[in-house]
Amino acid sequence: MQFFFEVLIGGLLSGVLYALVALGFVLIYKASGVFNFAQGAMVFFAALSFVGFQEVLQRWGLPAAPAFWLAFVLTLGAMVVLGILTERIVLRPLVNQPPITLFMATIGLTYLVEGIAQGIWGANVRGLDLGIADEPVEWVMESAGLLVSRFDVFAAAMAGALVLSLALFFQYTRTGRALRAVADDHQAALSIGIPLQRIWAIVWAVAGFVALVAGLIWGARNGVQFALTYTALKALPVLILGGFTSVPGAIVGGLIVGASEKLAEVYIGPMVGGGIESWFPYVLALAFLLLRPEGLFGEKHIDRV
Amino acid sequence: MSTDAAVPYLEINNVEVIYDHVILVLKGVSLKVPRGGIVALLGANGAGKSTTLKSISNLLRAERGEVTKGSIHFKGDRVDRMTPSDLVKRGVIQVMEGRHCFAHLSVEENLLAGAYTRGHARAEIRAGLEKVYHYFPRLKQRRGSQAGYTSGGEQQMCAIGRALMARPEMILLDEPSMGLAPQIVEEIFEIVKDLNRSEGVGFLLAEQNTLVALRYADFGYILENGRVVMEGAAAELAANEDVKEFYLGLSGEGRKSFRDVKHYRRRKRWLS
Repeated sequence: MQFFFEVLIGGLLSGVLYALVALGFVLIYKASGVFNFAQGAMVFFAALSFVGFQEVLQRWGLPAAPAFWLAFVLTLGAMVVLGILTERIVLRPLVNQPPITLFMATIGLTYLVEGIAQGIWGANVRGLDLGIADEPVEWVMESAGLLVSRFDVFAAAMAGALVLSLALFFQYTRTGRALRAVADDHQAALSIGIPLQRIWAIVWAVAGFVALVAGLIWGARNGVQFALTYTALKALPVLILGGFTSVPGAIVGGLIVGASEKLAEVYIGPMVGGGIESWFPYVLALAFLLLRPEGLFGEKHIDRV
Repeated sequence: MSTDAAVPYLEINNVEVIYDHVILVLKGVSLKVPRGGIVALLGANGAGKSTTLKSISNLLRAERGEVTKGSIHFKGDRVDRMTPSDLVKRGVIQVMEGRHCFAHLSVEENLLAGAYTRGHARAEIRAGLEKVYHYFPRLKQRRGSQAGYTSGGEQQMCAIGRALMARPEMILLDEPSMGLAPQIVEEIFEIVKDLNRSEGVGFLLAEQNTLVALRYADFGYILENGRVVMEGAAAELAANEDVKEFYLGLSGEGRKSFRDVKHYRRRKRWLS
């Protein structure tokens, strides 16, 4: 039983990372109706830029701590610029085009962003150190006898804080309210004078920020490498489980995917020769599509009859 | 800017609108709205009423429509190349056909979203909210409920109230009576009249419900096939035989019984 809990907790904590990536998808999908295939590339871009800035700054003789924060700020700036440029160059000329056109455009954007990131920073695999060791938390080990990684707990706390602040932003600020208004009805938002383009640029910038946090945590865990863009694909089953339009859905979906893939690997894996972790979430998502296509928390369509 | 008399308030001059580069919808519409007036834009389905309003508020571009000829001036400035947001800041706002409330936001959040162009002036926005609740007491009762679950009349009120939050001088009101019970239509038009009288808000009103619209408006234009075919003071239009026949469903001797359906329709004199 103790082993079960260890696997479960490990799964949930890694699920938090999937949730983070999924969150970026949800933000953009909600506000502009675009399924942003480039979210994974943005995560990669963020992580790579962060490591790149850090290296450059340290080469210039900056001590580790200021270099870390300065690199963070610079990367954040880069993500915001990337968001604004995307709105300007990709989305604005395609306003009112069918969703599939926009989707194709984001696929193109994926390759562009990946290429630019590697063009600037090189394609080497790099390590990323957030200064938190991947070792068991002592008091949990002593009190409950479970091995829970300190790094995972830290990542979960970060993700939690991010989600909480986003929720507050959406609920209580003028811009947040405008974002929700745009998500509900573009035309009406336009008619009352909400500048759609600025709102979209803000959403892409926020999604860039989320990608940065996700990139840092993923990068610290697995190394900053091209494969980061593929882990982002795990966000797809998360979205199908949680619903494309729901922030809480992205979180819960992420937790379910994380926990189920680890449990499946440990308990069902041996029966079929292992390695099911990488595809189990997709099977789960497929089953879900049959039962509840709008996801667990997908927005109900309010329709007066 | 010179005196009010010399510069018309809102003036649309020979506007032509084309959708999708091929569909010609307005074929040269001209009209004027005086400061603080209620002007009705009447006509059947597809006559171009909504398109006229959207060409003023610049929501056309979001539907792949384009003003290809003519000009639109508001208080002496040309406005047909502005963004809707700029126009709202200048005091012209459209309430779209079919209400378009933000379904997942509460009624109060809908209203607050309407104050987006007012920036961060909290006290002012608060006061605006109280004013909207004063004119629409029903909205105050439902302030916490999701707009998508309120009744059609309440949604129409919510949409008008949301526009009021931007402190407009002029509201382009598209088909406020659509799908509402006659009593509610009456209630909404009373509020429109009241807003016009006590707040000085001007209205350009697109309506199919000619009878009600002419009762509340000062002046009216009748559109057909993208052209203005008749214009005049509301009372004059209501008394006009052609208008009675074609838009009010009345002929010379009042409402006809179906028993006497075999009658000779008046010819539309403006077609030929």
